[in-house]
Amino acid sequence: MSGKRVLVTGLSSYWGGRLAQALERDPGVDVIVGVSPQDPTCELTRTEYVRVGTQHALLERIVRAAAIDTVIDTRMIVDSAAATPKAAHENNVVGTMNILAACGGPESPVRKVVFKSSAHYYGCERDDPAYFTEAMRRPHPPRTLLEKDIVEAERAVRAFAERNGDVTVTVLRFANGLGPDIATSHMALLSLPAIPSILGFDPRYQFIHEDDIAGVLEHAALDELPGAYNAAGDGVLALSEIASLLGKPLAPVLPPWGTGIAASALRRAGIRIPPELLQQLRYGRALDNRKLKAAGYAFRATSRETVQAFAEHLRTRGLRARDGEGYQYEREVEEFLRWSPAVRGDDRLRLGRLSRDQLAELARALESLPEARPVRLAPRGTESGSTLRTGSPSSSGGAADPEPAADP
Amino acid sequence: MTASQPALPPATRSDDPRAHLPAIEPERTITDWGRSERLEGLIDRTLYSFLYHYWFRCEVEGIENVPATGGALLVSNHAGALPPDASMITKAIQEEHPRPRKLHLTVEHFFKGYPFFSMFVTKIGGVPAHPANVHRLLHDEQQLVLVFPEGAKATEKLYKDRYKLRRFGRGGFVEAAMRAGVPIVPIAVVGAEEAMPTFAQVGLLKRLTGLIYFPITPLFPHLGLLGAAYLPAKFKLRFLEPVRTDRMGAEPWEDKGLVQDVAGDIRARIQDELVDMVGRRRSVWFG
Repeated sequence: MSGKRVLVTGLSSYWGGRLAQALERDPGVDVIVGVSPQDPTCELTRTEYVRVGTQHALLERIVRAAAIDTVIDTRMIVDSAAATPKAAHENNVVGTMNILAACGGPESPVRKVVFKSSAHYYGCERDDPAYFTEAMRRPHPPRTLLEKDIVEAERAVRAFAERNGDVTVTVLRFANGLGPDIATSHMALLSLPAIPSILGFDPRYQFIHEDDIAGVLEHAALDELPGAYNAAGDGVLALSEIASLLGKPLAPVLPPWGTGIAASALRRAGIRIPPELLQQLRYGRALDNRKLKAAGYAFRATSRETVQAFAEHLRTRGLRARDGEGYQYEREVEEFLRWSPAVRGDDRLRLGRLSRDQLAELARALESLPEARPVRLAPRGTESGSTLRTGSPSSSGGAADPEPAADP
Repeated sequence: MTASQPALPPATRSDDPRAHLPAIEPERTITDWGRSERLEGLIDRTLYSFLYHYWFRCEVEGIENVPATGGALLVSNHAGALPPDASMITKAIQEEHPRPRKLHLTVEHFFKGYPFFSMFVTKIGGVPAHPANVHRLLHDEQQLVLVFPEGAKATEKLYKDRYKLRRFGRGGFVEAAMRAGVPIVPIAVVGAEEAMPTFAQVGLLKRLTGLIYFPITPLFPHLGLLGAAYLPAKFKLRFLEPVRTDRMGAEPWEDKGLVQDVAGDIRARIQDELVDMVGRRRSVWFG
């Protein structure tokens, strides 16, 4: 029985890195390949990183060569402040098409594609429902370039799903993410001393905690979730409620008419409110997350808890001033740690290190094999034992336990 | 090793959407619909109380027809340039019902575009009249929802047409109740027509101001903001016997003829009650 062979795009993004870390802990995942135009931003042990161009044009060769069966696409840019419109289009539309092309085809080894999208797919309009469900389409054509790109990318994913019936295609539409380790336009606004708002509007808002973003991606990677799913924390907050949770005043600096002009004036003053966010500040938006819950995902934080955690982070940010620099990727160091024979014991980034429980499980499984098999038991047993000892010498006492059970 | 067995379903899958509604967070004073307990309570204790008890001196009949539990769709006639009927129905349930329940008012989408008004209407319990919103409230959350099937056609009608019900849309409200399997409670309200009668509509001023209509009432526009004041008409509210929608066969909403029939019946019942109530009324101001 072989495990999953996973490819994660957007490894350098926060979500890509978190997901790779989670997959590394899963013994059911054999191979993790991460691709990204930028270096990874978090420490990884057995994930293999390949630098690719923003268009992901050569991805097909990686997919075929590594016999990837699951592709998780966390690369979408969902914040127009994060990139220029041209770069965002290149990444969101051209990149998506190339990735889908790499996953499709008659001999493709890919059996599952997970696509990280955004609630911007639905847009924000006056005649929206209070909760968007996955089956709903946006009532009006996209207003901003970013939304247009997201809609176009999702259309490509839907077409891919129709053409490749044997591939499980999951589309995850995330509400605005919030957490200490990610940086979005929303968080920039909420970090200001007063929260800018549009005069006369108190929109409904939903957030998803960064842990839940990683959790939902992992759930989709390991479980079967065909179709589109909304991902948002329980509960919908009013902007005024968010302000009071953060202990800040609301500053209605944007007029209800001529909002765009006022926003560009604010931009000159250093406060950047992207166009898709202006729509949200006016009409608000909420997603119905019940389909994802029904599919077995349990959210760790509600919208309110997410904002509270963020408020705590804002209050203690100054106290926790950088104790040591963050992780920095250096290819030579990573390769040395992974592959050099000089690296020993704990320092070695081992593939598939087995825990005590897993070894016991393996022993039981071997025991239950038919009589003809035990001939091969002895060399197998010693092999796994030796792997374990190099892997974690400190727990060799624990590793010795299951061995007698393995060869009675 | 579970991950390599994709066929294994998680333990907690359930298809009933009601099982996955978000839990209520007791620390909050604003609901997920944006309704503010504080503002609503304040308005209820001051303005609504005053209007209900002293200004309109509301009289209520048949409050027992509003179910104490489960979802129900309340359907009423509608009148007045700034219609006071919704707030008086809300207040009547608060005051007279043995188990007072919150009422969600469906409002037109254009409210969401008006600054301040959008904020205010949402906070006192207004919900945009989207079919998905009504279904979630009625079916999933088992709430009371009030609709005015006449819509804006009723609020822009002139004084000479008072108590003549307008067309009931395309029966969308009946369809919503059928889908949710909840009863429809018709309500007849007398008094709202005289509280803020409209004598004329000025199309040019409507276009210039960008309002949904520009009425001429006894106090508006010549008294400016005072034009929002009501005349002290006597209010009578009659809650009629509920119409059950859960015994009309499987998927009755697919039968458009049936939907139209039920909508027509409800309209006729409200119209008959209005004729009866207006016929018994001796004075517009004293009842």
